[in-house]
Amino acid sequence: MNISRLVIQEISHRSMNFLLAVLGVSIAVACLVASVTMIDAGEIESRQLVSDREAKVTEAGKKLNDEMRKITKGLGFNIVVLSEDEDIAAFHAEGAPTKSMPEEYVKRLADSPIVVINHLLPIVTRKISWKEQDQTIVLTGTRGEVPQAHRDPKKPLLDLVKPGQVVLGYQLHQARKLKPGGTITLNGKTLTIAKCHAERGTVDDVTAWVNLKQAQEMLGMQNLVNAILALECNCATVDRIAEIRGEIAKVLPGTQVLERGRKALARAEARNKAKKAAEVSLAAARESGQQIISSRKSQANVLVPLAVVGSFAWIVLLAIGNARARRGEIGILRAIGLGSRDVLVLFLGKAILVGLVGGAIGYIAGFLVGTGFSGPIEESLFDASWLLIALLLAPALSAAASWLPALVAAGQDPAVVLQDH
Amino acid sequence: MLITLENISKTYDDDSATPVVAVDDVSVEVKSGEFVAVVGPSGCGKTTLLLVAGGLLKPNGGRVEIDGADPYQLSSEQRARFRAERIGFVFQQFHLVPYLNVFDNVLAPSLVTGEPSARDRAQDLIRRFGLENRTGHRPGQLSTGERQRVALARALLNQPRVILADEPTGNLDGENSDEVLKALGAFAADGGAVLLVTHDPDAVAFADRQVSLASGRLASTPD
Repeated sequence: MNISRLVIQEISHRSMNFLLAVLGVSIAVACLVASVTMIDAGEIESRQLVSDREAKVTEAGKKLNDEMRKITKGLGFNIVVLSEDEDIAAFHAEGAPTKSMPEEYVKRLADSPIVVINHLLPIVTRKISWKEQDQTIVLTGTRGEVPQAHRDPKKPLLDLVKPGQVVLGYQLHQARKLKPGGTITLNGKTLTIAKCHAERGTVDDVTAWVNLKQAQEMLGMQNLVNAILALECNCATVDRIAEIRGEIAKVLPGTQVLERGRKALARAEARNKAKKAAEVSLAAARESGQQIISSRKSQANVLVPLAVVGSFAWIVLLAIGNARARRGEIGILRAIGLGSRDVLVLFLGKAILVGLVGGAIGYIAGFLVGTGFSGPIEESLFDASWLLIALLLAPALSAAASWLPALVAAGQDPAVVLQDH
Repeated sequence: MLITLENISKTYDDDSATPVVAVDDVSVEVKSGEFVAVVGPSGCGKTTLLLVAGGLLKPNGGRVEIDGADPYQLSSEQRARFRAERIGFVFQQFHLVPYLNVFDNVLAPSLVTGEPSARDRAQDLIRRFGLENRTGHRPGQLSTGERQRVALARALLNQPRVILADEPTGNLDGENSDEVLKALGAFAADGGAVLLVTHDPDAVAFADRQVSLASGRLASTPD
């Protein structure tokens, strides 16, 4: 015979008292665990939501960037670097530059750390007469894009034309039924047709592209170019052209910069706006998640203390009732030799058992309620530390609530009890 | 001398405006092998004297000695152990623990001593009092006679030197009363000391001598 057997026997005899006490503890623990589980679930949900949206925004951004890059690229070079002597009015009227600058400029630009432009293409271009065909055409010489020292190589917008080859615009090959692989004679030079462009509806349709060196020889412009074409980057500044001009001026002070293709610019700006809108939406999602968590925390801050205090009061009442009901029993146990400490252990042992059972049931119930009220999430919500807390906190709560009634029971004078009975 | 109560006085003055003198200058001695009955009308202080003798109620005056020791010189916890080891109690209302079965009720005093042999002694006592078929029953399932036999077995478990019995036959029929009183007599005959509080003349007949109380004072001590 020992005290624990006495505790178990008493519990089985007064099972309703035990079950009601367990219920009280379970409710308090369940409230705590459900609140914590829901807050955890909310944080995970919010993280998942933001992460999903982030992935979508990033993916959409990539797609948009790619599409815009293709569109912008399709529009061709939109930055033209010209000699500072170039008369812009004449340039527009002629459709081609008339002044020249050293070919070395393009190397200087490529070697600079400039980031506002890319796809650097030096050209010589001039309106000439195709004597053999008696037609005015634009002759453009290009040596291919010049790679920039600080950038990864990019796929060129314009393919290199090899020496002895020519690329013809639509109006030049269509009327004469010229095909790639055929040959033409251009002002005494025999050239093999490398490519025939489809109709573009621009000055390109009457343009013949040859190798830069060959064009420089044909035009008497050795080591000179009259324009450097480039594609502007998607720079997020308000006055983009001013920024580009400023950057180029630092590298090539004796030049002027023109911008072409406003459409590309407008689309680039739209792209930036879309990106910003996505970022705002992402921030809103984050804030919304935080608000949900904050709201759940506020609810828990009210609910959990209420449940704990309520449970505490409930256990105090039950313990008082239990101590009263056991007055005679305590009297006789004291008479036959049990000390007041033994009686205290008798009551607190029961309280701890109530706490352990209530803590375990409360944890399971709270976890189920918490997960039930949370949305589907991929991560496990089980947290062993909360199970441990429940199994430690609940017996402590129950023992604390039973402490005073247990003390009163232990302090009972057995003589008084026996006389009363 | 196993029980010495010398000039015992006990006054209750806890709640009432007028203190109640329950026992006034009473002396009783019970030696080994003696069965003494304390008789008197209700409210004469018999139960108070018994509780004082049992180390449960400290007297206002006088000296108590049980088996050579004064229980009131001990601390509360020591006194509790002293009671468990040296004194057996039997009450009119049996005072069995309602949720323990017969065996566990008999065994209950071993909670304090923790003696391994207690289980065997409990079995012997259960057999001796004819309760072997009731071992697993709880007090609510027993007759009054059986309950008192369980209480008696419990009182004897720790082989005390003294038994203090308060109206043990008050709720019993003649046959059961005789059985309980014979058991008390046998305990005394084996060298124990029995102090029986009763107003039952049949019970007094079993005693070696009687002490009469009236209004808390010793009325006479016939041989």
